[in-house]
Amino acid sequence: MGKEKIKINDEFYDIMPPEYQELVEEATYGKESRGWKDVGEAKELIEEHSLCAGCPESIAFRYVLACLPKPEDTVMVGSTGCTSLVFPHVAVHNIHSLFGNQNAIASGLKRTLALRFPEKVKDVVVLAGDGATVDIGLDMTLQSWFRQEKFTTICFDNELYANTGGQESGLMQKGFVGKMAPAGKKFDKVPLPEIARNSGCHYVAVMTVSKPNRVEKAIRNAILVAREIGPTYIQLYTPCILEIGKQMMEGLQEMRDSEGPGKRFEFKEYVSDEAKVFLDEMDAERKRKKKALRAARAK
Amino acid sequence: MGNYRVLAGPEAFLPPSAACAGVVLPDPGQAHIHGEIFHEDVAMEEAAKRFLSAKVPTIFPGPMVLWNWNPKSAKKATAIKAMYDELKDHNPGALLIPMPDYRPKYPKINPEIEINPNHPNLTVWHNKIDVCMFVGVHCHQANLSLKIIRGGTNCYTIAMCAMAGHEDAMLSFRDATPDKIWKLVEVIKDVRKSL
Repeated sequence: MGKEKIKINDEFYDIMPPEYQELVEEATYGKESRGWKDVGEAKELIEEHSLCAGCPESIAFRYVLACLPKPEDTVMVGSTGCTSLVFPHVAVHNIHSLFGNQNAIASGLKRTLALRFPEKVKDVVVLAGDGATVDIGLDMTLQSWFRQEKFTTICFDNELYANTGGQESGLMQKGFVGKMAPAGKKFDKVPLPEIARNSGCHYVAVMTVSKPNRVEKAIRNAILVAREIGPTYIQLYTPCILEIGKQMMEGLQEMRDSEGPGKRFEFKEYVSDEAKVFLDEMDAERKRKKKALRAARAK
Repeated sequence: MGNYRVLAGPEAFLPPSAACAGVVLPDPGQAHIHGEIFHEDVAMEEAAKRFLSAKVPTIFPGPMVLWNWNPKSAKKATAIKAMYDELKDHNPGALLIPMPDYRPKYPKINPEIEINPNHPNLTVWHNKIDVCMFVGVHCHQANLSLKIIRGGTNCYTIAMCAMAGHEDAMLSFRDATPDKIWKLVEVIKDVRKSL
């Protein structure tokens, strides 16, 4: 797959529904500088979504899709959960795995793509909820990191099993009482970012999605590091407003309230030495290009 | 082979798949009509007659021919458009309605401009389609759609399949190539002359 293949046969162009024509004409496939600022400006790779009104996961999904460095050469692997309700509407190749199996699927997929398209860069991105990443799929998640599989794992952490009614998950905070967890969580939140670091991830970041610039940088860093060096992990707080008793306009504030100093989603980033060298080089290269462009414009 | 015949419906809310009822797929060079195996030329003539006698003959091109993803898809698109032009010339009510992908559409599809494999009956009902042809639709989605159409509508279905054919269509070709589609265009022209 590549941008050159995202086109409609001339004979059928006029009968295609407008959203597909827009996708071909206005989507940001192949645009090097694509990012969250394209949201609302260019055709998005998500047509509609079937999440609840005001769900922070929907905006997280839009940011992630807007920030993929090469969506036309990316395959996303999803799992059961609220995210799986969105994937059918996404204009990026994606695979729905068995619940919890997403990192195992992604491992095989990444290796196969490398064999099938040795001359191309193909990114694999896992996007799953906390139940799939930390509870049911923890074995697959960890094993893929131990094996240094070169793909990114993104966890939408809403701290419970949202679309089945609010059962306790490993990432639920201690003491929280869910609709289907009336006794309250008796254990601490699983420290998956720390586990990721110790399991061999080269880039790890924890944050909410209240600051799109930060999300964009983390997504790009994670995918580029995974492409060149090894596994990466991002944990994004996407609160389930229904399960924590918030209104549809309160999702953003909930995220802001959870990311202050000492709070459980305070921004944290870990970069391995190897990844740091790589990212510094990328940064220097980007600055060189920018400077050259500015100089060319000045002439 | 059983006595089951794949006929236009509405058959039942959930009809059995024709394969379960004993219908088998044709061998290369053959096609099936209502589940019975014939030489491909016979089926071509039957398909042409069905198209030309229909009130609303419709072609449903799927993703494999709508999108220009390889040279063969572009050649097939040209042939399919030629077939549609011929039908339209014969009957101004002829339709060409795309199935761009298989994503479920919320809140609903617009049945006037597209068909979705998850509820193809809506497009058939809305446009009062009485004969249709699937081409360029991945087999698993085509099977699903053909069964739903047979179950809930009286539409006669034809499958121009690039693989082994479809039991659930009333008439199915197999191994569709651009040349085979062009051959059907020529047969339609010939049959039209004889009407």
